[in-house]
Amino acid sequence: MTVGGWIVMTVSVGTVLALAAFCLYRVLTLPPVDVTEHLKGPLDIDTQDTLDAD
Amino acid sequence: MAEQNNREQWGSRIGVILAVAGSAVGLGNFLRFPGTAAQNGGGAFMLPYFISLLVLGIPMCWAEWTMGRYAGSRGCNSAPAIFTVIWRHPLAKYLGGLALVIPLVIYMYYVLIESWCLGYAVTYLTGSSQLAADPSAFFGNFVGIHENGIIYEEGSGHGTWLLLVVFVLNFSLIYRGVSKGIERFCKIAMPLMLVLGIIVLVRVLTLGTPDPAKPNQNVLGGLGFMWNPKPDALLNPATWLAASGQIFFSLSVGFGIIINYASYLTKKDDVALSGLTSCSMNEFFEVCMGGLITLPAAFIFLGLNAKDFTGSSFSLGFQALPSVFARMPAGEMFGALWFFMLFLAAITSSISMLQPVIAFLEEGFGLKRHASVTILGVLSALGCGFVLYFSKGLVALDTFDFWVGSVLILVLALVQALLYGWAFGMQRGHQEIHEGAHIRVPWLIQFMLKWVVPIYLLAIFAGFCFINLPSHDTWKFTATGLSANGVAEGAVSDALRDQLALGKLSIPAEATLRRSGEAADWHMLDGGGNVLYILRAKHSGWEVYAHEMGYIEKIGSSPVAFAALWFVISILAFLLLMVHIAGRRWQGQGRFEHLPAA
Repeated sequence: MTVGGWIVMTVSVGTVLALAAFCLYRVLTLPPVDVTEHLKGPLDIDTQDTLDAD
Repeated sequence: MAEQNNREQWGSRIGVILAVAGSAVGLGNFLRFPGTAAQNGGGAFMLPYFISLLVLGIPMCWAEWTMGRYAGSRGCNSAPAIFTVIWRHPLAKYLGGLALVIPLVIYMYYVLIESWCLGYAVTYLTGSSQLAADPSAFFGNFVGIHENGIIYEEGSGHGTWLLLVVFVLNFSLIYRGVSKGIERFCKIAMPLMLVLGIIVLVRVLTLGTPDPAKPNQNVLGGLGFMWNPKPDALLNPATWLAASGQIFFSLSVGFGIIINYASYLTKKDDVALSGLTSCSMNEFFEVCMGGLITLPAAFIFLGLNAKDFTGSSFSLGFQALPSVFARMPAGEMFGALWFFMLFLAAITSSISMLQPVIAFLEEGFGLKRHASVTILGVLSALGCGFVLYFSKGLVALDTFDFWVGSVLILVLALVQALLYGWAFGMQRGHQEIHEGAHIRVPWLIQFMLKWVVPIYLLAIFAGFCFINLPSHDTWKFTATGLSANGVAEGAVSDALRDQLALGKLSIPAEATLRRSGEAADWHMLDGGGNVLYILRAKHSGWEVYAHEMGYIEKIGSSPVAFAALWFVISILAFLLLMVHIAGRRWQGQGRFEHLPAA
């Protein structure tokens, strides 16, 4: 592992961790009333076609 | 009571973050990224990678999320309808057809790879001496790489039944709806994937020096193999091309998936923070896990031979890593964990590929969900069956992956960038993305989406076509010690082999020589009749050129590649016809008449 390798790895991993931590922080500090309604992951989507699927 | 509510909300928030990560993370994070980086300058690759992330990836994600939600709030969920809302032009819906064919065709081979992951996990659990002894042979037999149609033969050790299981699992989950069908599954799967990944990561980083006889093959050496920069690679346009391609594939930009998913959000739902969170979670799994596990582990046990596996995600994932697990203490357990984690990553991605076409069938033809899923099941089964049958050399899979998983993705990304920047507009885009937003998005992003992204994408597309479509002959060295008798029709002579060995060129045992149409050239062919090297007689000796077959030549020389391309074209034509019919129905319904003109 060269000095350049250490620098690249540290900066890359550090940058990604910082970005992820920022997003995590912003999500966790959202106003309580909005969190379950206003931040949906793709797997929580409601396509509104399951009640009358046939 | 207040404390309990806080705990529930905290749990919900974490659950949502993991759900966001679920669809973003896939096989590309753990297999494609490390190999691509190692092949394109190692640590130096990270510069074009992060530039592509900032200039292309994140802005395009935001653009897709924004356009999707905008059209969704106007009652449109399928890409043809979404594009028509964005650009009120008769051609718009046909461009949206690209966003149907891409996820559908990719699904046809992605689910096959997903079944390989599950198959390997099962193999590690049940134990297979062949997998440990000869991973290459095991992989070839498992996927049917030696002969077309062999995968359907019974008792041959192939993974056909696994594909059936995985296919049925995918559709049983999607049949009940995205949230109802997979909610319980993924709320367990995603945290489990994170835990498994961390376990394997800790295992790899604590390996130390497993073989004292090879002191250089240690953790630091492995990390260096991945991360030590080779700055010369930055001067090669192919490096920038590879970085952009990796960002696209990894973030699912230009797949037609994000724009469909976002259409189900309401105006109150945030897209800015959601989009950025999705990107960051994806990058976490890619850079912090994929970048620290796959190649370092391969180097620790295989040494510099690991480089031989970096050219292909399949080689790295299904041949190199089994070699690693065979040498690792408790390797069978870690192998099972690793491949099951890959399976979880893959299935959460493959499920998301099905929804865009389902939405179109419902919206375009008034079909209910179950009918749409059934039609899609039949359509995708045809494609899966095609890829599964034509397994020799994985030519069908490779052809689908190139023309749809690379070329069409670039085309769709360019279309979406132009739609956003020039039809949707910077002003409307800036206003729309901040509806319900929990973070501010700089105005610079709008400027980049209108001016920088399309130009960057055009440059990437042009470079991609130049590098991959035509064949290239690259001079390797000049053999000066070869007599005229050393070059003759038929099997490669020992004299020629010795000369080529001086140039460090590998020659298959079954290689043959054939005079080409041009009198001074000779072609060296592999066992399949493909040109490997070209020998050209000059005054100084025999000049040896490595022949890299472009995809145009592949179409002409391989009947399977030709058939696979026509299969894709047929799917595209079929979907465009469906879009045309749907468009006529929408016109009759006056679907877009109440919307403002572009």
